[in-house]
Amino acid sequence: MHKPIYIAGVAETALGKVENQSELSMAALAAREALAEAGMTLRDVDALFTNYMPEVGADLGSVRVGEYLGIHPKYSECSDLGGAAFEFFVHHALVALAEGRCECALIVYASRQRSRRNRPRAFNADSYSLTGQFEQPYGLLMPISQYALMAARHMHEYGTTAEQFARVAVSARKWAALNPKAWARAPLTVDQVLASDPMSDPLRQLDCCLVTDGGGAVVVTNAARARNAAKKPIRVLGVGESQGAFHVSQARDLTTTPGAVSAREAFAMSGITVRDVDVFEPYDNFTSTVISQLEDVGFCKKGEGGAFVAEGHTEPGGSLPTSTMGGGLSYCHPGALGLLLLVEAVRQLRNEAGARQVPDAEVAVAHGIGGPAFATSATVVLGRD
Amino acid sequence: MSEVNSIPFGDPTHAPFWDAARNKTLVIQNCEACGQYQFYGRPFCLQCHSDRVVWKKALGIATVYSITSVRKPWAAGFEPPYSVALVELAEGPRMMTNIVNGNAKIGDRVRVTWRERNGFPPVPVFEPDSSK
Repeated sequence: MHKPIYIAGVAETALGKVENQSELSMAALAAREALAEAGMTLRDVDALFTNYMPEVGADLGSVRVGEYLGIHPKYSECSDLGGAAFEFFVHHALVALAEGRCECALIVYASRQRSRRNRPRAFNADSYSLTGQFEQPYGLLMPISQYALMAARHMHEYGTTAEQFARVAVSARKWAALNPKAWARAPLTVDQVLASDPMSDPLRQLDCCLVTDGGGAVVVTNAARARNAAKKPIRVLGVGESQGAFHVSQARDLTTTPGAVSAREAFAMSGITVRDVDVFEPYDNFTSTVISQLEDVGFCKKGEGGAFVAEGHTEPGGSLPTSTMGGGLSYCHPGALGLLLLVEAVRQLRNEAGARQVPDAEVAVAHGIGGPAFATSATVVLGRD
Repeated sequence: MSEVNSIPFGDPTHAPFWDAARNKTLVIQNCEACGQYQFYGRPFCLQCHSDRVVWKKALGIATVYSITSVRKPWAAGFEPPYSVALVELAEGPRMMTNIVNGNAKIGDRVRVTWRERNGFPPVPVFEPDSSK
């Protein structure tokens, strides 16, 4: 059994459209708030994990953020692993904490991609690179077309339907209606999703996540430090990660993500099973990927994810409350959603989720995918002590 | 070396690929030790790790593995709708491409053709193959 490690503090940044702050000021405020929950301050932070803050700069991101926060951590990471990076960071922080290399790990992130309109829509790769030679010449919308190729293959292999994809968006919207901080809260129907603008078939606009500003902070610490937390610390029961391929042509299988491996690793470490999970926070960048993730984590068999969603299991009152803050589809998608999956999972386990609270939630899973969905995945299984 | 299509494109491993492309010939790597085909190229065979990989002319026949019709004009030089597809070559490896000169669906047989590019070597694209 690994040494007990906890998430002792969480915070969201300002969300939605944030015009009166910088990414760095958003991140700093969220860090201070999450650390206060953990009963700590910035002076306690000795490990720092961050990435994907376009205003801050891609190189040496954790150094830039550390400088802004006035800290000099002895463990530093700004790995580029896609939107799932924050679930990877929990894994890496756990290893460092368990080895005694640090005591207070701060994971922090903010993006103003909506306000700044700086999200790339197509490749701009070097003609010397593999992407520049073998993908860019074909005009993919990045990353929508990669995901569309996955979705089309899932439909072909398993008979998954556009209506089933749409049910994922409808389910997320039902949760968002219960979350005052969600960006899109108006009722949504399957027909509205199916009538939305085609992007890259079979994906339509309402199959795609939001493009918003946002971010957050998470504090990971050891048992001794977690005892001083101001709020209830939540135990990291298991973590796992895996990677597949960056380029579509190199993916072994377009319908299974590396999440099948990361989830298996995380549950093996946790000693519990998917049947023990009360809340599931998948990375819903597209409706179609939620179906793959439900299958890969093991809530249903491969190919049955569409029917699982259509049966209503993921909705409020369903057997597997999923994307309970409204997800990337309806709550917030700041470019890298993974951090906010952790925040919501912790709040559900602390019974702090208000109208969207899942009764008696004891185990929650934050499951990230990154890059194109066949690229990276990391899974964090969290539980009440 | 002043011709337009001699502008450097691609990395050294793929020089044989782009040289062949200039002659509208699709080549992929084949391992002389174990027979495995691979695409894109590497300095050795990923299956058996032998150095004996050579670029061989491909049959130019493939099956559509997945396909999407792009509906937004966000990629430079492309007018929607256009088809982006992942095809499985008869030799086994998959490659990204466009389907041109007609429509195709997953499982359909397609054959290689070439799209000229200004200043760069032509790229392999695929078209429906009605022949048996």
